[in-house]
Amino acid sequence: MQEKHILICAGTGCISSGSMQVYEALKKELQKQRLESKVRIILSGCHGFCEKGPIFIVYPEDIFYCGVSAEDVPALVTEHLLQGKIVERLLYKDAQTGEGITSHAEIPFYSKQKRLALRNCGVIDPENIDEYIMRGVYQGLERVLRMEPQEIINEVKGSGLRGRGGAGFPTGMKWEFAYHNRQDKKYVVCNADEGDPGAFMDRSVLEGDPHAVLEGIMIAGRAIGSDEAYIYVRAEYPLAIRRLRTAIAQAEAYRVAGENILGSEFNFKINIKEGAGAFVCGEETALLASIEGARGMPRPRPPFPAFKGLWEKPTCINNVETLANVPLIIRKGSAWYTTIGTEGSKGTKIFALTGKVNNTGLCEVPMGITLREIIFDIGGGLQGGKKFKAVQIGGPSGGCIPESLLDLPVDYDSLHSAGAMMGSGGMVVMDEGTCMVDLARYFLAFTQSESCGKCTPCREGTKRMLEILERITQGKGKAEDIPRLERLALAVKDGSLCGLGQTAPNPVLTTLRYFRDEYEAHILEHRCPAGQCSALLTYYIDAELCTGCRACTRVCPAEAITGEKKEPHVIDEEKCISCGNCVERCKFDAIKTK
Amino acid sequence: MQTTTVVAKTMDFDYEQVEKLLQEFVGKKGVVVPVLQKIQHEFGYLPRPALEYMAARLRIPVSRVYGVATFYAQFHLQPRGKNIIRVCRGTACHVRGVTKVAEKTKELLGVGVGETTADLKFTYEEVACIGACGLAPVMMVNEQTFGKLAPEKVQAILKKF
Ligand SMILES: Cc1cc2nc3c(=O)[nH]c(=O)nc-3n(C[C@H](O)[C@H](O)[C@H](O)COP(=O)(O)O)c2cc1C
Ligand code: FES
Repeated sequence: MQEKHILICAGTGCISSGSMQVYEALKKELQKQRLESKVRIILSGCHGFCEKGPIFIVYPEDIFYCGVSAEDVPALVTEHLLQGKIVERLLYKDAQTGEGITSHAEIPFYSKQKRLALRNCGVIDPENIDEYIMRGVYQGLERVLRMEPQEIINEVKGSGLRGRGGAGFPTGMKWEFAYHNRQDKKYVVCNADEGDPGAFMDRSVLEGDPHAVLEGIMIAGRAIGSDEAYIYVRAEYPLAIRRLRTAIAQAEAYRVAGENILGSEFNFKINIKEGAGAFVCGEETALLASIEGARGMPRPRPPFPAFKGLWEKPTCINNVETLANVPLIIRKGSAWYTTIGTEGSKGTKIFALTGKVNNTGLCEVPMGITLREIIFDIGGGLQGGKKFKAVQIGGPSGGCIPESLLDLPVDYDSLHSAGAMMGSGGMVVMDEGTCMVDLARYFLAFTQSESCGKCTPCREGTKRMLEILERITQGKGKAEDIPRLERLALAVKDGSLCGLGQTAPNPVLTTLRYFRDEYEAHILEHRCPAGQCSALLTYYIDAELCTGCRACTRVCPAEAITGEKKEPHVIDEEKCISCGNCVERCKFDAIKTK
Repeated sequence: MQTTTVVAKTMDFDYEQVEKLLQEFVGKKGVVVPVLQKIQHEFGYLPRPALEYMAARLRIPVSRVYGVATFYAQFHLQPRGKNIIRVCRGTACHVRGVTKVAEKTKELLGVGVGETTADLKFTYEEVACIGACGLAPVMMVNEQTFGKLAPEKVQAILKKF
């Protein structure tokens, strides 16, 4: 038998679907069949296709199995490894034809992607530096050691790379500011706080390819003239933290980090700081306050961190995905990088595709691809064949985009003009069953509770907006609530100190822009078109079950229930206030909702 | 180094243990958050005497220590259960119906958000995104993640602990 490599995904998604049990079972089975010496098992980072996990790939023939469980392992070993027969039932099935697909490059989820930042995720063992070096990692670092800082900066500027952490600021320009600000000490900070609910791309990069991030950090350090970095990771990501620690230790042992890197005079130390669970700490100035050990509250900018950052020193702060792109740009050149993407947005972006879509997971696509391609080709359309309603992009700072804009190209500027934003890249797909007013209320409840309370527009404004939205979803909205919401939203947007408040109204403004009729249905007709807001459901009495006991009529505060004793009763929809008292009182389950 | 600041000591509290944790931090900057993380890791929560001792030893006002401890969701001033349940209230989970899972879990445990069961077995918390959105709805028990949940699956998960 030819030697085989088996890749089992050990990302958080697959682990929770049981990939470690698959790993144990495989080790046992190989031992039993005396194949240990012929098969190498590699625990890889995330493949992005979390929904279909655990994922199990056999090389060199590149057969992609998904949804594998420990019980499937004996069959895989006997049939595939020993008899050379593909185990059909564990292949990915094409959504349309139902036929099994063997190679992952042919699965629609992957074929439209362009994996640059995710180039190594799911391909190599993230805990083994040798594999990285084989794949060219740290060649970029080697190259920048022979370059002048300004040359490195020019290369990054020329690539057109913009920050992937939300605001899309040109990375090279940021580095240049920090470079020109000559001081004895400078810092690089890697923002791995990823607080946006519904996003997990930075987590996957850290777990699947930690060395690429380390290399990006050191290239930034070399460019701006810094010798020390902090990676700020949220504590909710224990596996990412562990893999980063392992990677730093290995890099130091191999002399690609630490002192006299690769024999040069360049020294660089990388520290890890664990976040402590506050969304606002993703904002750069709050993050720096948190590293300094204070409450993570933002401060006004300017001065920008590139001038006065960590402990008052010039600090270059970049997102994980931004930094993961840097080594490739250095290695392949900015000219190559600019061939990917659009005029104003170069390269690729990773999106976390979630919600009511068939293929949930991480996908990396060239900028300029349309939303339709992402949702319908990569995502495989909506679950249960339901009708698409909207996609929410950019998390609590972003907006909802309706069906009419599905052909919008995905880049910084188009998304911005549609009222949404790239944000970190969360993309939550919704069908007719999602109420847009409730969604706006959900996001505002999030930003309101995460507001740090420092500035008044954000602290008070989000609270008042939330109260209005709660009122509307409970059917107690008034006609003047819509203009009032709009006015408040604009005031909060204009008046807030940091990006949290400045963007918090976006979910409300975009739903008002594209789904105003839903707000009106809630307020004027006391109806939730999606059937989600329980207070707005219509109650009726099932005449078959009603005994006419009159119990409900006594608890109805609106006197909406009428009927003769011992005869089925009826609810007057006009009068009903949907309090639900009658449902609780009825002993015969005769009161239903629609 | 000897502490010069006097701490009003609480009788039956093991200050030695805190002192040991503080060793590597004395004299360094930006240590409040990591020290609190260590104390919480050791005791399971942040006992008041430990915070007072830490403030005196690191020469920072107690008010600042409390300011930081109450700012971050991760820190707890009360003892917590043996197992920590974190139900995700992130967007992907919201859209895929985590609300019903959360309600069921709270009902089975008989506690609300941030509360601990009387037998100190479970603490129930809600967090914004665990980062396993592909498997929504999701919850974590300690460091283990459970995905593709439904209200009827909760009982079986709780039984494992
Ligand atoms: C409320 C708020 C939360 C943020 N959260 C994050 C985050 O989780 N990760 C991140 O990289 N940037 C986040 N940012 C953006 C950062 O402030 C900053 O722009 C970014 O880290 C810069 O890196 P980049 O230029 O590489 O994108 C957040 C901003 C705001 C206002
Ligand atoms: S939204 Fe629940 S895991 Fe991300």
